[in-house]
Amino acid sequence: MDVILFLIFAIIAVVCAVNVVVQTHPISSAISLIGVMGSLAVLYLLLGAEFLAMAQIIVYAGAVMVLFIFVIMLLNAGTEAKRGRSLTAQLLGLPLLIAFLALASYFSQRFYPGGAAVHFGAFKGGTAQNIGMALFTQYLLPFEVTSALILIAIVGAVVLARKEL
Amino acid sequence: MTSGPPLAWYLILSAVLFALGVAGFLFRKSIITIFMSIELMLNAVNLSFVAFSYQLKQVNGHIFAFFVMVVAAAEAAVGLAIILTVFKNRETLNVDQVNSMKY
Amino acid sequence: MHQLWLIPALPFAGFLINGILGRRFSKSTVNAIAVGSVAISFLWALKTVLGLGEERIFEHYFDWIVAGGFQVGCDFAVDRLTAVMLLVVTGVGSLIHVYSVGYMAHEGGYYRFFAYLNLFMFFMLTLVLAANYLLLFVGWEGVGLCSYLLIGFWFRKKSATNAGNKAFIVNRIGDFGFSLAMLMIVINFGTLDFATVFQGVAGKPEPVLTTIALLLLVGACGKSAQFPLYVWLPDAMEGPTPVSALIHAATMVTAGVYMVSRSFPIYLHAPSALEMVAYIGLFTAAFAATIGLVQNDIKKVFAYSTVSQLGYMFLGVGTGAFSAGIYHLMTHAFFKALLFLGAGSVIHALSGEQDMRNMGGLRTKIPWTFWTLLMAAIAISGVPPFAGFFSKDAILVSAYHHAPWMYWVGTITAGLTAFYVFRAMFLTFFGEYRGHEHPHESPAVMTLPLAGLALLSIFGGFIKIPVWLEKFFPVAEAPEETSLVLISVAAGAIGILVAYWMYIAKPGLADSISSRLGGLYRLVYNKYFVDEIYDAAVVKPVVAGSRVVLWRGVDAGLIDGAVNGVGSTSQGFGGWLKLFQSGNIRSYATWVLFGSIILLLTLGLIGAVR
Repeated sequence: MDVILFLIFAIIAVVCAVNVVVQTHPISSAISLIGVMGSLAVLYLLLGAEFLAMAQIIVYAGAVMVLFIFVIMLLNAGTEAKRGRSLTAQLLGLPLLIAFLALASYFSQRFYPGGAAVHFGAFKGGTAQNIGMALFTQYLLPFEVTSALILIAIVGAVVLARKEL
Repeated sequence: MTSGPPLAWYLILSAVLFALGVAGFLFRKSIITIFMSIELMLNAVNLSFVAFSYQLKQVNGHIFAFFVMVVAAAEAAVGLAIILTVFKNRETLNVDQVNSMKY
Repeated sequence: MHQLWLIPALPFAGFLINGILGRRFSKSTVNAIAVGSVAISFLWALKTVLGLGEERIFEHYFDWIVAGGFQVGCDFAVDRLTAVMLLVVTGVGSLIHVYSVGYMAHEGGYYRFFAYLNLFMFFMLTLVLAANYLLLFVGWEGVGLCSYLLIGFWFRKKSATNAGNKAFIVNRIGDFGFSLAMLMIVINFGTLDFATVFQGVAGKPEPVLTTIALLLLVGACGKSAQFPLYVWLPDAMEGPTPVSALIHAATMVTAGVYMVSRSFPIYLHAPSALEMVAYIGLFTAAFAATIGLVQNDIKKVFAYSTVSQLGYMFLGVGTGAFSAGIYHLMTHAFFKALLFLGAGSVIHALSGEQDMRNMGGLRTKIPWTFWTLLMAAIAISGVPPFAGFFSKDAILVSAYHHAPWMYWVGTITAGLTAFYVFRAMFLTFFGEYRGHEHPHESPAVMTLPLAGLALLSIFGGFIKIPVWLEKFFPVAEAPEETSLVLISVAAGAIGILVAYWMYIAKPGLADSISSRLGGLYRLVYNKYFVDEIYDAAVVKPVVAGSRVVLWRGVDAGLIDGAVNGVGSTSQGFGGWLKLFQSGNIRSYATWVLFGSIILLLTLGLIGAVR
């Protein structure tokens, strides 16, 4: 059961990701990205990360991607122009990419052969209570710093996007 | 105990998504699309974190993924503001034409 | 305490005071300081010598070099050999200082001259008093420096500065030999102290001692103007005449002889080196005498005579008669200094004329100079009972007992010596005056030292140096043989007579002989072209080599090229590297990916991926 679920949503994720890369119009890419995030949320659930899955839907798919779509609409970004000129990226990009993929897969295979079988419900530590405990005791400082970071981001975004620039 | 897919598959999926994100970054010309590829990469990494957290039976991976999400959100906000500014100045979303920092 | 340090320190104080403050002093103040310091030094040396017995006075002042097991102290020592040198240097030096007061009266740079002269006395006395080779070398180098300064005293004259350079550079070659000798002494004996080295000589292998002795000989040849390093002495006549008298007749050039005599234990155990000393001395004596025969500049004649007489001293030392060599050193100081000072008096009388062809008939006009010079000429010709006879005779007798042919060559050279000295005398003082000046006698301040030296030339032979040094040098002197003595005296007399015949009786004879032997005359007159040979064989290749190889090749090409090359390589590399900065984000990302792959690979290979 877990295997089937995994395969379904993995394939959805990959297809949507390919779509993000391949589509010419940014809006299509954005919608595909939302699809990726949704399937990833399900995969998180399978791995026992309930809180994270919800956060993914709410924050990522719900807020960040909507922001993206707003900006695309605002900029009236149309279909992409003709082929550009970046010789380095075109020549080297593909081989490097394949090399990277091969390397990463090799390493993960070698050092984690098989690994534990992922069974839904086997890991019960991803509850909101657990995360909250860790966040407010062990990781309190990063938490506070992150809040400052968000403040900075807000101020920055407001300043950058003003009209008289 | 029914067995599920081995953990390695999750990791491979994460690698594939990451690679796709890099491909998008390298081969697309529009700034917005490049940005979205970055988000794709970050998501792939999140998946990897959560998978390891399952393996080690600890909650730390979730915390890391959480922070990544937060930072990605902040980054998206500021990044899009920058894109807006660039668009206002250059009238183009083609990343190849934003190259005045050349030698 | 004998306070030996006072002897050199007084002239040094004179140098400091005159050198720093002399510009503002009046001439009499400069005189008082310069002459006074040397005179008091002479008196102190006299006192020390009078209090000297058979043993050696040794004073240690401070430890100069302490480097592990090797130590050199600042030590002065006085023994009988030193006593002779001390008295000669300070005594003759004082007389020449007095003479210089008159000679340099009208010259510029008055205080500078006396400052240098005092500095020279300081270094020479350090050389003589030193109790180890290194301190001797300090004096050695110092007198070379003063010689350079004084030869080039009239520094606006190019020929004078060239001569100064030549003296210093040729001396340097000798100094190189000396330095190598000192190095070998340190390696083999572990010390440079005279007493320690000489005690340890007996146990060393002969080749080592021969090498040391030969290297010391190289140094002595440079300083004492022996063949082949004699070429600087005739050119040194560019300096003022008192300088020629003091440095290049009486004192500095004798330093080589002194050093060889001081090192006699080494030479006695290295007979082949001692042989070399004799050969070089004999050859130089004859060689220089032949050149002196035909020179026209009065100072050059005496310069070659000095080279020749130094050859005699080396001959004496080289045949084992060390005390004879020192004896001749002393008497030579008397009559050669007198010859030079007299020549200076003549030049002063003629307001700077030095060419003998423009002189003549001066004996009635400058009588004091004439009579004192005549005493010196007779002394150098070896006529008894003047000073030169005893010392030259001792050398020739010793040469005979060493190898008879050396005696014959030496005797012939003695004849040549008498000839050229009297040639100079006759050309200068006899016949008709051929010049255009108004000769006037020199002032008393110049003629009194001449008189003093004349007395020493006449009676100086009775200061029996061989007896004084009998206990010092272990070699027994050869007994006198009357026939040898008579032959050498006869040679001198023949020389005088031939000179009389050629220049007084038949005045045109010299010119006709020289024109008939045209080629030979030109060869000898041009000093056998030795200077030209040195120039072509040594100087020009070195200069050309320096210019082409070292300057253009190494300096401009290699070193500049390397330095500039570093710069241009950096530039080139930077130029290539900047092409990566394309401004294109996607290519940047590609390189980041590339880098991360490398990183992964490396981490995986070194096993950090776990």
